Order: sequence, then C-alpha cells, then structure tokens
Amino acid sequence: MTDLLVVEELAKRFRGLQAVKDVSFAVPEQRIVALIGPNGAGKTTTFNLIAGALSADAGRVRLAGRDLLGLRPDQVCGAGIARTFQLVKPFAELSVEDNVLVGALHRRRHVADARAHARAVIELVALGPLRQRRAASLTLPDRKRLELAKALATEPRILLLDEVMAGLRPTETDRMVGVLRALNRDTGMAILLIEHVMRAVMALSDHVIVLDQGEKISEGAPEAVVRDPRVIACYLGPEAVA
Amino acid sequence: MGVYLNIVASGLLTGLVYGLAALGLSVIFGVVRVVNFAHGEMMVIGMYGAVVLAGWPGIDPLLAVPLIAALLFVIGYALQRGVINAFVTRPEHMQFILLVGFALMIANGLLMIFGPDARSTNVAYGFESFEVGPLLLDKARVYAAGTAVLTTLALFGFFRYTRPGKAIRACADNQLGAKVVGLDVDGLYALTFGIGAACVGVAGCLMALVVDVRSQLAPEYTLLSFIIVIIGGLGSLAGALLGGVLIGVSEALAGFFLLPSMKSMFSYALLILVLVLRPQGLLGKRA
Amino acid sequence: MRPEPSTTPSASPFAGLPRRGALLLALCGGLLLAAPAVVDAYLLSVLTLVLWLAYTGQAWNVMMGFAGQLSLGHTLYVGLAAYASGVLFVYFGIGPWLGVWLAIVIAALAGGCIGALGFRFGIKGVYFALLTIAFAEFTRIAFDHFGWVGGSAGFFLPVAQRTSNDLLDLRGTPVMFYYVILALTAAALLLCRALLKSRLGYYWLAIREDQEAAQAVGIDVFRYKLIAVVISAALTAPAGVFYAFFYNNMYPEQIFAISRSIEIILGAIVGGIGTLFGPILGAFILTPLGELVTAGIEQAGIDVPGAKQLVYGGLMVLIVVFLPDGIWPWLARRLRLDGRDGEPRS
Repeated sequence: MTDLLVVEELAKRFRGLQAVKDVSFAVPEQRIVALIGPNGAGKTTTFNLIAGALSADAGRVRLAGRDLLGLRPDQVCGAGIARTFQLVKPFAELSVEDNVLVGALHRRRHVADARAHARAVIELVALGPLRQRRAASLTLPDRKRLELAKALATEPRILLLDEVMAGLRPTETDRMVGVLRALNRDTGMAILLIEHVMRAVMALSDHVIVLDQGEKISEGAPEAVVRDPRVIACYLGPEAVA
Repeated sequence: MGVYLNIVASGLLTGLVYGLAALGLSVIFGVVRVVNFAHGEMMVIGMYGAVVLAGWPGIDPLLAVPLIAALLFVIGYALQRGVINAFVTRPEHMQFILLVGFALMIANGLLMIFGPDARSTNVAYGFESFEVGPLLLDKARVYAAGTAVLTTLALFGFFRYTRPGKAIRACADNQLGAKVVGLDVDGLYALTFGIGAACVGVAGCLMALVVDVRSQLAPEYTLLSFIIVIIGGLGSLAGALLGGVLIGVSEALAGFFLLPSMKSMFSYALLILVLVLRPQGLLGKRA
Repeated sequence: MRPEPSTTPSASPFAGLPRRGALLLALCGGLLLAAPAVVDAYLLSVLTLVLWLAYTGQAWNVMMGFAGQLSLGHTLYVGLAAYASGVLFVYFGIGPWLGVWLAIVIAALAGGCIGALGFRFGIKGVYFALLTIAFAEFTRIAFDHFGWVGGSAGFFLPVAQRTSNDLLDLRGTPVMFYYVILALTAAALLLCRALLKSRLGYYWLAIREDQEAAQAVGIDVFRYKLIAVVISAALTAPAGVFYAFFYNNMYPEQIFAISRSIEIILGAIVGGIGTLFGPILGAFILTPLGELVTAGIEQAGIDVPGAKQLVYGGLMVLIVVFLPDGIWPWLARRLRLDGRDGEPRS
C-alpha cells in the first residue's frame, strides 16, 4: 500500500512552547489512521500545520508526492485535503444544503451540478430530512455530520477529522463510526482522525499514532498501542505501569 | 527660524488638546471595544458647553472644565449603560450604525439649538500671548494645553493607582477573567465610557478657547481622534498624547508649507500608511 | 426575542418567485413605470433621488451585505466616476455612454487598490472602514486643489436644454432621467439576483459567515473579497455618471463628503443589509420620510436646518436596536413573501 499523506520531522514552536517536535508519520491509501494522545499533545496543532492554517518551523508534508507546506488552507483543500474543526464551524445562517453546496462548489463550477452533488453527500451522512434547516438550529450531533458533509463535498483524497466524536452519546458515536466505515469501505477514502473516544478509535483505525508533549511516542495496530507501557504511562502516569 | 519654531510650538500645544480627545477614544475603544463614531460630536457638546457657560454666567472655560466633564460623564455613562452595552458583542457595522445614529442626532440637535453660525468663547486673554525667548505663544493655547496635560496626568493616576482604575484595566486585558473574579463588567464599561466621554468633553471645552465652534466640525474631530489613536497605538495613554502632538505639529507644518486647506490630507495619508505598515501604532501593543 | 424561523428556502437557481412576490413586484414595477404620467415635477424629482439612492445602496450592499466588508467611503467611487465622465464630456466631447466605461474602470481600480491594501495587510472591521474613509477624505481634499477640474469652485457641464431629449448625451427632460435611473436600478436588481445565485454569491455568503471555515473548503478568501470590492465599486460608477449629467455640476466638498457616504448606505441599512430588496425599500422609506419631515418643519414655521438629519439619526438608532436585520426581512415575513426572492437568508 503506497503512502498517501507523508509527514516528516514536523516542528512548530509557539514562543516558549515546542508544540510539535520532530513528528513523522504516514497515512497509506484507503486506510484509517488515528492520532491520539493526552490533551496538549500537539494533535490539533499538527492538523493545523498539515492543513496550512499554521506555518511550520521545520519538516515536510507531502500528499501523493506533492509538497504542501507553505500553501494556504484553501490551496491545501485544492490539493485534496479536507478538514473539520474541533469546534464545528457551520455557515450558521445558511441551510444545510447550502452549507454543503459551498463545499461542493470547490470542484464543480456549475451551481446546479454542485447542488446535485451536495444532495448526494447529504444522503450519505443521513442528513436528508434536515436539508432545508438553518444550520444554526441544528443539534450538535447533526452539526458534526454537517461538518463532515461539508468536507466531503469538496471531493478530497483524504479527510482530516478533528475530534468528530466529541460530545456525542454512545449511540450517536456508533452511528458516526458506521458512516465513516462505510465511507472508507465504499469510496476508499483515507482518513486521519484525532480522537479521544477510544471506542471509536478501536472500531475504526487500521493504525494508531500516539503523541505526547509534541512528540510521537508510539505507533502501531490499535490493540498493540493500547497495551504499550509508554502510552499507558503518558495517560495515567508512570505509577500505572509499575 | 523663529517662524518655524512658533508654528511647531503652536501645533504642539493644539496637539496636546487633540491628544486628550484621542485619549478618551483610546479608553473607550481599548476597554469597551466599541467604535465610538460619535466621539467628535461629544467633543462638540463640550465646545458648546464652554460657549454657553462663558456667555451668560460668564464662567471661563478653564473653570468650566469640571462642570463639562461631569456633564459628559453622565451622558457617556447613560448611553453606555442604557443602549450601547447590548452592542458590545455585536458586529462592528451594527455598532457603527448605532453610534452614527447618535452622532447625527447630537450634531443636528446642536445645530438646531445653536444655529449654523460659528460661536466663540471670547475670553479676555484670547488675543494675548506669552513671550518665551523667540517664541510667541498664545495664552489661550498655553492654558488649554496645560489643562490637557493636567487632565491626562489625573487620568493616568486614576488608572494606575485607584481601585476602579485597575479594575477597568483588568477588564480591558481579560473580560472573562474579570467577570470570574467578580468584577461588575457592565458597570465598569459604563464608567469607562463616561470617563472617555468626559475626556473628550474637556478637550472640547479647551478647544473652544482656541477655535470657533460649529457643529459641522464634529465628524472631523471623530476622524482626527481615530487617526491619533491608531497612530499613537491603541491602549497606550502616552501613545495618544504622542500621536496628538505628532498630528498637531504636522498639521501646523503642512498648513504652512502646503496650503492650510491641505493639512488634513497629510493626516489621512499618515493614517493609511500606519494602518498598512504598523497597525499597532507607535506605542501600542499588537491588537 | 424575535422568533427565529428554522427553515430557510433553498435558493435554487431555477426557482421562480412565489406567486405573491411576483405579483407584488409586477405591481410596483408598473407603478414606477407609469409614475411620470401622474405625478408632478417635485414628486418626480423625489422619485429620481430615491431611485438613485436605491441604486447606489444596492451597489454598496454587494460589498457589505454579501461579502461583509464595511465601506464607509463609498462616495469615492461616485465622485471619481462623475469627474471622469464629466471631464471626458467637457474637454473631449465624449458622451456618457462611452464615458461610463472609463468611469467604471477608474472606480474598479480605486476599489481594487483599497481592497488589495486592506486585505493584503489583514486590515479588518473598523480599521478597514477607517481606511475607506481616509481614502475618500484624502481624495476630497485633493480634488479641492485640482485646478484642471475646477478645484473647490466646482466642475460644470454645459447646462442642458430641458425640452428636447438627447439620450446619447444625456441631455433632456427630468422624465428622461427618471427612466434612465429606473432602468439602472432594475438592472442592478437583476444583476444582484444573478450574483446571489452564482458560485460567487455562495462563496461571498460563506466568507461573510465564517472566513476560516470558508478557507477550509477551498475558498481563496482574499481573491473573493477583492472581487466583491471591485464589483461594488464598478457598479457604483454609473451612479456617478448619472449624477454628473443630471445635476451638471460637482463640488468636491459635496460629492466626496462623508455625509454622502452615509446617505448612500442609510437606505441599505434601514431596508436590510444583505438582502436583495432591502436597499430599494430603504431608499423608498427614507427619502419621502426626509421630505415629509422637512415639509412638516417648514409648515410649523420653524426654520432650523438639521431636523431631517436628526430624524434620520433617530431612525438609524431605532432600526439597529429593534430591527437589526432591517425592515425588508420583517416585511417579507409579514407579507409571507419569504419564498425564493433570491435571499438565502430569510
């Protein structure tokens, strides 16, 4: 399996804090990779570096061989990366359909064509009945699905999902897991997700990467990683391993 | 040589009064984060106030300062507490509409009351000057500038050493934090707006010593205050004064070397440059 | 709290107006077309002014309502266009229908400069608004000293014969001018409707809602904001040309004045920023209201300038406090017109 997204020696410093230090990993084609770690580990910063929302101090990011560092967020989207935000950012006053339409317009210039594609994506994430609703009036789980739909509509090669399960109840989490799994299975979409909800991580990922204090401390298959003493130590403290 | 010195000195003195006006705006804009587009109009209230008090009751504008300050404080406090407070979190164009609405009401209200003709305070020392070496300084300008500096120092002391002053600075720094420690943010905002309005009212009162008063001057003063605040740097009291002096002097020089009618052009050009190149101003912190 | 509607009509490009809306529009259009036949000269001049303000307000709306960029110096484009077309006519004998193209180019360039400067350096909100004011004021003073076009004494076009209509050179009766501005306003309406339903329109809405989220779905925010400013400026230009040929004079103190900028946007604010019919409705409310106030004051025998502006100020405050979205959305809901009037926002 070739690597779709390659991150090498990524680094970012915020004044006194080294938020990301020498982080390297890869997301193979058609695979789902989870990025986990305690709060403050640098996961969202890494996302922001890949997506072009922050400028990196060092390192390389390549998507299918193409260099991404230094590109603006909209250019990164053009390259094929779609991202969601931890605190969802819908276009509040627009309808659900129009929200996704904006995403669809990225690759489809013709409004009617884009709208048709948007409707298809909406069906995919099961938001069909809420098509005409104003985004601001949606519940949180629905907003999360809208966020996903918006990103999907841009027809990316890889999805970057930032804590898309946060705040969802277990049944809703399972639903979202189902949607993502179907997406990966049916369209071969690669996914890189930041997650705290272990239930989702175990159910979804082919490969897990663990960050702590800006550095990668472990990676591997989900079952192996959760038993890795270093990982346990960073979450629960060294006493837990002893 | 003497001519240039006189021009610079005159500009400097006027600039100090501008600085006081800008200080009021800096305080309001910096703390409450409201775009006070009625700033110039408040200044003009102060100006007319000075004219009225200098007229029949015969109170010299310098003595009228505390009265004017109190009047504008009440106006500012009431406006903020009553109406503007709800707009602190609203988008800027809404604030703008509200305050331009107030500005129109104030300016035209004053126009209706006082008429379009220029008024002046006609003080006894209005045509006298001090001779300091080669300089010939208008007494009125000197007194105005001096009072402006005193007011600024008082303000500085207030923010540095008094409890409400420190509370206001806390609000400016961190609104949520201020609420968490139990500060009455709404009350402090109203206090701040009152203080800012009082500042610009005093500046207007002092300005009435030096220029003729017309309500049409108001928008110019609003713009001038914004220019000074931006150039001097938001959040910096010293910056407002420095900016005021800078603008005062450059306007005076521009008026001399170019044409008097062109002096504002220089200020606007400077504003554009500063907005583009150094938006935090000379002494301000990065917004 | 106003009850918030939880449904938004889908702004499908092929959806027509609902029956009610279409009928109402047709009725208003018909009335406006027939107006010169039934109203007197004074009322006609008022209507002409209303339409002029409606047109310029609509042009301003493109930048503010659609792309969320506050321009407080919009009269800059009116003035530049007026002078450009006036100079071409007086010094080079080039008529307004050709002159307007130069005016549009100049206005677009000016808008482009301001936009590029502002957006490139990340100047936002009130700072951007101040930037626009600074440019307008700077230009005002500059033109005050621009001798070739008359400086502060003003620039004049040869006064027209008001009896015969020369559409080519825009010399003619008030009725002719009325129809010209009516046509312009109608054209602006159609253009804005088309823009709203286009890819450009949706991108502007997204930028207005959340710039960061817009970027994340591939929108080059700088580019599209700039396009909004340029289109807005270019669209304002014909109003300047109309002004020049209608009034036959222009003074920097008046045409570049900040009060005129405020006048232009007042209609849009009162009617509803970001909506299609807001600026037009606003102009139709404000100008007659102003005339009424002035007339009322005169009737009462008080000779005080400023009463009209005071009422405008009060109205601004009332609207922004009680009806911040403007009158049009409220009216549309009342009349149950919130079908597909081309407003993604209800």
